[in-house]
Amino acid sequence: MRLSYTKALNRALADELDTDPAVCVFGEDIGAGMAGPTLGLLDRFGSERIVDTPLSEQAFTAMAVGAALAGRRPVLEFQIPSLLFLVFEQLVNQAHKFSLMSGGQSGVPLTCLVPGSGSRSGWAGQHSDHPYSLFAHSGVKTVVPATPTDAYGLLRSAIQDPDPVVVFAPAAALPVRETVTWDLAPVPLGRARVHRAGTDVTLVAVGHLVHDALAVAEELAGEISVEVFDPRTLYPFDWAALGESLERTGRLVVIDDSNRSCGIGAEVLATAAEEFRLIAPPRRITRPDGTVLPFAPELDRALQPDREQLRHALRAVMK
Amino acid sequence: MTPGAPAGTAPADSAPADTAPVDTAPAGTAPDTSPADAPPAVAALDTPERRYRMLRLIRSFEERALGLVKSGVITGGIHPYIGQEAVAVGVCAALGPADRLASTHRGHGHVLARGLDPARMLAELAGRVGGSNRGRGGSMHAADLRLGILGANGIVGAGAPIAVGAAWADRQAGSDAVAVAFFGDGALNQGVLLESLNLAAMWRLPVLFVCENNGYATTLPAGTAVAGSAVGRAAAFGIPATEVDGMDTEAVRAAAEEAVARARNGGGPAFLECRTYRFEGHHTMERLMKLHYRTPEEVAAWRERDPLPRAAAAIGAGRAAALDAEVDARLAAAEEFALASPHPDPAGAADHLYASGLRPRAGAVA
Repeated sequence: MRLSYTKALNRALADELDTDPAVCVFGEDIGAGMAGPTLGLLDRFGSERIVDTPLSEQAFTAMAVGAALAGRRPVLEFQIPSLLFLVFEQLVNQAHKFSLMSGGQSGVPLTCLVPGSGSRSGWAGQHSDHPYSLFAHSGVKTVVPATPTDAYGLLRSAIQDPDPVVVFAPAAALPVRETVTWDLAPVPLGRARVHRAGTDVTLVAVGHLVHDALAVAEELAGEISVEVFDPRTLYPFDWAALGESLERTGRLVVIDDSNRSCGIGAEVLATAAEEFRLIAPPRRITRPDGTVLPFAPELDRALQPDREQLRHALRAVMK
Repeated sequence: MTPGAPAGTAPADSAPADTAPVDTAPAGTAPDTSPADAPPAVAALDTPERRYRMLRLIRSFEERALGLVKSGVITGGIHPYIGQEAVAVGVCAALGPADRLASTHRGHGHVLARGLDPARMLAELAGRVGGSNRGRGGSMHAADLRLGILGANGIVGAGAPIAVGAAWADRQAGSDAVAVAFFGDGALNQGVLLESLNLAAMWRLPVLFVCENNGYATTLPAGTAVAGSAVGRAAAFGIPATEVDGMDTEAVRAAAEEAVARARNGGGPAFLECRTYRFEGHHTMERLMKLHYRTPEEVAAWRERDPLPRAAAAIGAGRAAALDAEVDARLAAAEEFALASPHPDPAGAADHLYASGLRPRAGAVA
């Protein structure tokens, strides 16, 4: 079977809706399937479970909190990653904090799905953010799948989880297709995946950048043995797996589509420096501090992590 | 832990046995004197006596809490509900056992009127493990999902869409439950509240929006902040909206009963604007601050309209005095319970952060 990333998300939603009657989906234009992952779900599951909402992101996100406390497992689809800034209140102040503030009475099992996060090449400053580090920083469970099978498996686990989870589906990963010869299955949250074994450098790559990492690792194979490490879940991060990888390589490069300051790349470097064995100063490749992606394609690309920066960083840690 | 089915593990402490109820509770409710570690039941507010008793319970609870803030037993501060009791009691008297409510930063009255044990609530304010939230929430986050209390809330207006979501879920589940969203006049200027009115109206959800207009968003007079009117805003969404004397428990109850009955029968949301007043400051810090945004004459004029004497007159002074004594005894026992309840172990400060049991990393490497 040839599986696209968007189709994988669509199947994960359908399988969860099929398995658990508590699951429902809220979002804008989801009946029509505008963003892709909800295509066909309205016909199959009806408007009681596939709920097209007015353009009221804050209210429908908080509604999902109330519905979750009343026993449902809502999934929220956001067509634009920057909409997450609007609903930070509802996701962090309300959904995330409820479990602790209530003394453990209940978690809030809702899932935010963001198909098309990061740059979409030409949608400019308010449609091109990649704020996964913001959620990891806040303690909201955060996943950024790189491949269709991981997208399927992680979305299913996110929906099954008793706490809020944000699932970023990077725009640059949506064209990825995978030949699948096995049964699709949930992928546990919090487990990293080593896509390529290596002995010289551990290259931590997030989301769509996993594919750039793999390409550069192949390209430099005769020169450097690169282990490509995909955390998949950014919070909780699989520190144990990272520690094992660094035990083998002792060198660390991170490629991360966050802004540089307080991005997940910074956290990976800090933790590695404090807790793991490093034989060379680590490097990270990120967006610049405080990035606002400009419109013109050359400018948009100029602020995103790229393969040339990656080659340079890998060679630098080998010096 | 499943949502809507909270943890069954009770805190180690138990509340003292309480005095006998004044009379027999109707089916589906329990007298508001049930022992703290019995499964909680919503407060029975079906008679004038019970409503008076709850008014007094809230008033005396808040007075006791003010004293405990002053003596330092309660840290931080509270937003006293004194003066507004008729709203909580009148609205909660209109509710059934399966209904839900979302409360505010000034939420003690709402949760007590719904049936939260004052011993548990006082222990929560004191930050003890016997508290309703195990000392993790304090004044602004009191919740008990078993009573349909979706939580007080520290963010103005934030509870309304949560109530709308619960109402949506309950209707989808085939229940005829109604959800109440309490909020103040300050929340009328939060966009999310207006979004919630629209969604509830479009989907004809069983939500009762209760605006407790106490005249001030902290220190800002509603007259300088709210264009048009509260009921006018609700009416613009096609939601039946009524102004009620929020100092009159029976007027609030009558309006709430009508609105709840209509919502329960599929008639959609309703909006009540309860004109009320807080006799105390916005929060307990205000006593130290010597602010002048309200005149003493204005406060005195509203105190003349105190809901308690009116409710007491309806049942007779002798009966009211007996109920006052009952409430005093109950609150004395509640305070004893709260003060005897242990302080939490700092080692558990991050407990309950995740329902999945995930343990966050510590803030320092060992």
